[in-house]
Amino acid sequence: MQVLHLQKANAAVHQAGMRIVIIDESAARASIIEDGLRALDDCEIFTITSRDGLLAKVSEIGPDMVFMDLGNPSRDVLEEYFTVSRALDRPIAMFVDDSDDASIAASVDAGVSAYVVDGLAANRIRPLLETTLRRFNAFSRLQADLAEAQGKLAARETIDKAKRILMDGKGLSEPEAYAELRAKAMSSNRRIVTIAEAVVTAHDLMGDGT
Amino acid sequence: MTQELKIGFLPLIDACLPILAQEHGFAEDEGVSLSFVRDMSWATVLDRLLYGHTDAAHLLAPLAIATTLGLGRPAQPLAAPFVLGLNGNAITLSNELAAKVLPADGAGADLGEPRAVGALLKAEALARKQAGNPLRFGVVHRHSSHNYMLRYWLAECGIRPDEDVEIITVAPPFSADSLMAKEIDGSCVGEPWNSIAVDRGAGQIVLATAQIWRRGVEKVLALREKRLDEIRPEVEALIRAMRKAGAHFIDPANWEVNARILARPEYCDAPHDLILRSISDRLVLRQNGPECAYPDFMFQHREAANFPWVSQAEWLYSQLVRWENMEYDSQSAQIAARVFRPNVYRSALKGTGDELPGASSKVEGSLSTPLATTAQEGSITLNQNTFFDGQSFDPDRLEAYILSQK
Repeated sequence: MQVLHLQKANAAVHQAGMRIVIIDESAARASIIEDGLRALDDCEIFTITSRDGLLAKVSEIGPDMVFMDLGNPSRDVLEEYFTVSRALDRPIAMFVDDSDDASIAASVDAGVSAYVVDGLAANRIRPLLETTLRRFNAFSRLQADLAEAQGKLAARETIDKAKRILMDGKGLSEPEAYAELRAKAMSSNRRIVTIAEAVVTAHDLMGDGT
Repeated sequence: MTQELKIGFLPLIDACLPILAQEHGFAEDEGVSLSFVRDMSWATVLDRLLYGHTDAAHLLAPLAIATTLGLGRPAQPLAAPFVLGLNGNAITLSNELAAKVLPADGAGADLGEPRAVGALLKAEALARKQAGNPLRFGVVHRHSSHNYMLRYWLAECGIRPDEDVEIITVAPPFSADSLMAKEIDGSCVGEPWNSIAVDRGAGQIVLATAQIWRRGVEKVLALREKRLDEIRPEVEALIRAMRKAGAHFIDPANWEVNARILARPEYCDAPHDLILRSISDRLVLRQNGPECAYPDFMFQHREAANFPWVSQAEWLYSQLVRWENMEYDSQSAQIAARVFRPNVYRSALKGTGDELPGASSKVEGSLSTPLATTAQEGSITLNQNTFFDGQSFDPDRLEAYILSQK
């Protein structure tokens, strides 16, 4: 804690600490990124998750660097502000410089847009950008995992429903009903859940769906 | 084999041609298959285009030029071989402001008259400026025909856009909300967002941009120059498919089905009856008001409307210099002009029997009566294309035109 404080005091003498703004309408993702950047020295992190008063907030903070999710609907507004605003004294340019195409492409792929104060050294920006991208990708993976888990749950329910239909309709036991679904899936080269969906749909269409 | 092309777009009706080319099978007939990436800001549409997420994009024509010139970010050459449409935008004012600038009798039944509205607006703008609360307008982007047309109109009516009023950026999907929240007093935006503002009672449509410039260039299909070279045959196939989609789009028999397609969540995600009104040139100007027919409100097909006239790119460059603190220089002017690619359009449609103009550049705004023009193929009659102030733009006198507007 003390060390950090000292570094900050030093930085203030030689070079002001980096002020970083994270703009993300997903508060969860913003906090995950913020958490990652906090681990880096010499940075002050600000998070904005609401569209209201966006420009006023950014202007008040006077950031050196802004991270924003690529699809954020406020990007045109912010870019306009960067282009015309004299409030920041220093012009802000998209990303590091023209030659840094690879890292720009990586951020676009990850869904991050970054705006940087013109003239900020690449060696100061790169670790920040890399941390943000890692966090952003980790968040995407978490979401994908969640979606997959939810998908699995839904599939389990569909298969249970199909089994129940076969058990009621054909007087099968539960293992027999499952074996029938699996056999059909294997013989038609489809997934069990696909067969189960077909059974449930057909059952609904026959008019006695529950 | 069918080649897949990815196309970026913003939820606006004038993204209709590639969408309908895919939905009605015109693209497939030409051997290309289209998939779409929908975004909410032009910055994102542009990033996806520049970094290869998409092959082509529905883009603001001035943004394609600004990107090629490297304004605000490193220059990246873009090419526009197809104009997606002319006009289709409107100026919507808050109900309070509309009441002040429209004639009291029958206000709301018809669009305003640009000069008459402008004169009343000037008085209001100066009063509000005096009171320290200047009128504020939203446009969809700094580099947009919306911004340029609004400014062209204001300036001609004696309202200095940079001194007497404020003009800010508001993304199309938020313009109705901003009017409602009184963050802005008026907006210039494409459809269906004016009609949505009217429907919600947030404002009143006062002018169509077609009243400012009868045949004003609007969105383009833009590609990276390099990508265009790589997939030139597919782009030409896409151009042919979009011409067929345009013929389908303007046929009244298809309005209903096309409005339903464009209304879908993956496209405009907006009420289909509002879209139907815009594409059939019938606008409701104020909440619960009558329909007002305004011919050629949107203009997607006739008179070779999709032909990328070099003179259109040059006019946009003239406005970019005029409004964005740029100095004219002949080299930038040439780079800007070259963004529009009539040669690609020609080579795509040669021999198809479609209309192909004989020239690639024309004096813009010079026709006050229909004119049969020379054509490479087919016959083309160009209709009235005037600017509301009676000026015309001769691309051979670009610098003089810019100087005359300073």
